[in-house]
Amino acid sequence: MPAVPQTLDTVQSVTQSGYKWGFSTDIDMEIAPKGLSEDTIRLISARKEEPEWLLEWRLQAFAAWRQMAEPHWGKLHYAPIDYQDIHYYAAPKRSAGPHNLDEVDPALLATYEKLGIPLKERAILAGVQGTEAAEEERQQVAVDAVFDSVSVATTFRESLAKAGVIFCPISAAVREYPELVRSYLGSVVPQGDNFFAALNSAVFTDGSFVFVPKGVRCPMELSTYFRINARNSGQFERTLIIAEDGATVSYLEGCTAPQRDENQLHAAVVELVALEGAFIKYSTVQNWYPGDAEGRGGIYNFVTKRGECRGARSRISWTQVETGSAITWKYPSCILRGDGSVGEFYSVAVTTNRQQADTGTKMIHLGANTSSTIISKGISAGHSNNTYRGLVRVGPRARGARNHTECDSLLIGEHCGAHTVPYIESRNPTARLEHEATTSKIAEDQLFYCRQRGLSEEDAVGLIVNGFCKDVLKELPMEFAVEAQKLLALSLEGSVG
Amino acid sequence: MLVIDDLRARVEGKDILNGVDLVVPTGEVHALMGPNGSGKSTLSYVLSGREGYEVTGGTATFDGVDLLSIPPEERAAAGLFLAFQYPVELPGVGNANFLRTALNAVRRQRGEPELDAVRFLKLARAATKRLSMSDEMLKRNVNVGFSGGEKKRNEVLQMGILQPKLAILDETDSGLDIDALKIVSEGVNALRGPDFSALVITHYQRLLDYIVPDRVHVLVRGRIVRSGGPELARELETTGYAAAEAEAA
Repeated sequence: MPAVPQTLDTVQSVTQSGYKWGFSTDIDMEIAPKGLSEDTIRLISARKEEPEWLLEWRLQAFAAWRQMAEPHWGKLHYAPIDYQDIHYYAAPKRSAGPHNLDEVDPALLATYEKLGIPLKERAILAGVQGTEAAEEERQQVAVDAVFDSVSVATTFRESLAKAGVIFCPISAAVREYPELVRSYLGSVVPQGDNFFAALNSAVFTDGSFVFVPKGVRCPMELSTYFRINARNSGQFERTLIIAEDGATVSYLEGCTAPQRDENQLHAAVVELVALEGAFIKYSTVQNWYPGDAEGRGGIYNFVTKRGECRGARSRISWTQVETGSAITWKYPSCILRGDGSVGEFYSVAVTTNRQQADTGTKMIHLGANTSSTIISKGISAGHSNNTYRGLVRVGPRARGARNHTECDSLLIGEHCGAHTVPYIESRNPTARLEHEATTSKIAEDQLFYCRQRGLSEEDAVGLIVNGFCKDVLKELPMEFAVEAQKLLALSLEGSVG
Repeated sequence: MLVIDDLRARVEGKDILNGVDLVVPTGEVHALMGPNGSGKSTLSYVLSGREGYEVTGGTATFDGVDLLSIPPEERAAAGLFLAFQYPVELPGVGNANFLRTALNAVRRQRGEPELDAVRFLKLARAATKRLSMSDEMLKRNVNVGFSGGEKKRNEVLQMGILQPKLAILDETDSGLDIDALKIVSEGVNALRGPDFSALVITHYQRLLDYIVPDRVHVLVRGRIVRSGGPELARELETTGYAAAEAEAA
């Protein structure tokens, strides 16, 4: 994965602004009229050439959503969202669906290249070396790129298929593997689960689908890259990952958006299903546009991510590095249904300027001897607010359940806030639950110590912050850990002093 | 050559340095002694550029560079190293990573090529060996969980790797047992040479048995009140600072 460490360098040179991914692509788009109604949903479904059952499913979700109210229990403050003032479908004109790279609009490819994701190069590489070579090369990463509402390109589909792994846009999966999609879609996050999940279920446009069959270890990292480009549009992607008995897969998502004055809505749903003995590792490097120093613009990120350890001894591991978005509302969770199943949540959330993050996890222990680990590192700077909100629930049948939670907050400056809101509910007396929390500041003496040794103030902050986050960063796939470290340093640029 | 001329400084509104005059020629090691609260640590912080130490008058130059006008990291690049009295812990930051980052930051500022991990490790291992320290020291997090003695030794290790032109040791001997004291002294003595100078701040004469200074200065109430050869330190050991203080009053 040679591209990723260079990603930031490449992109840094592209723009001069504080947010290095803020450019937009001028591209011919097909955009649905603003507003949300049954007609909008029918239009999306028709554009995607979906079967009748999925349209019905969407309409059910929409009916549920209309009965629901936007949740306001998070420690988040923002102007009301006008759901009728958003485009729910925006697609680059030439791409009616997934197709080979030659058909992709060159402007689009250029965008992804600017972002450090040279799809074409990788595809060529695969073509030249042949699929076997590609599979031996564990370093390679298959990428699904989602531009506004549609997936524009998925690489390495063929070599993955040889291993039996399905990796494709979910819209393609609906057409090609309808039974698989139908039996798993909504099985972890039902249509009416919550306000934003219901909205997503009604209008989701694209996202990734991964299926790893029994006993297969996915031969390469899978990655999806999300990009919001169109003005006043929302992105509602839906990702579904299924690992059958004994299967293993590691998946990474990355996201950016242009710098715009208005807020843009992102309401995704991710569902993971791990059957007996399966392992799913899901990593996120989230870098949506965070808004400017005064809090203008930026992405509203309301995301529902949930994995179910359905089979015994299965394991789901969430790792997230969250540096972007004006508002983050996100609680990647694990339902530990299978006996002996394991849930993990490793999180770094950075907020600067006027960013607000309310993020954490839910570990729902249902099976016996289930265990979970939560390590959350919150870093607040500027006038931002950073809240960890986590639930550990142990059901009556979860004999011997164990949880270990560590929540550490680091404050930079005098005007930011860090909050920790743990909820612990145990209905089984044999459960062992541990919770540790610390709050610290980057001390003046630490900065001076580093500077006396020759480090600039910003390098010193980067070093201290990366040290603070080490326990989480080491969980990322190695190639991405490098990117994440640089991203942390960049996000906090200028936040000290 | 370090030249301090009539240096005055204030901390939290209180005058601490009241006109320090001091010259440390290149290649010499000078000791700075004095009672508690006389301004020894303040002088080291003012020279290295710590925030909150307000310079109210005078100058300090090193090899012609006006130290007081540049940020701490540029002073470090100019060759100034401060061994802290209370070394700071950096959780999660590996010692080797910290040192390489520091060394490369300094090299970059000087326009020298950066060292890759392999070459750095070779250099660092050589330094630990020279100082009779274990490589283990490089793998641990910066000063986290270190004993007082280990922290001081880590300062000397950093000094050995960064190879400064001017080292200020702020009571590096305090809290050290005799073995640690010897290691620390050897670390300083190993650097002695025609291009290296040091200002050794200490409360006790004991350290000066191992690091024999070219000159000894006594700081009382923010002023140098006496200067002399190594024998001055021994004299103070018997008479104490009372006489010097009386002289200053």
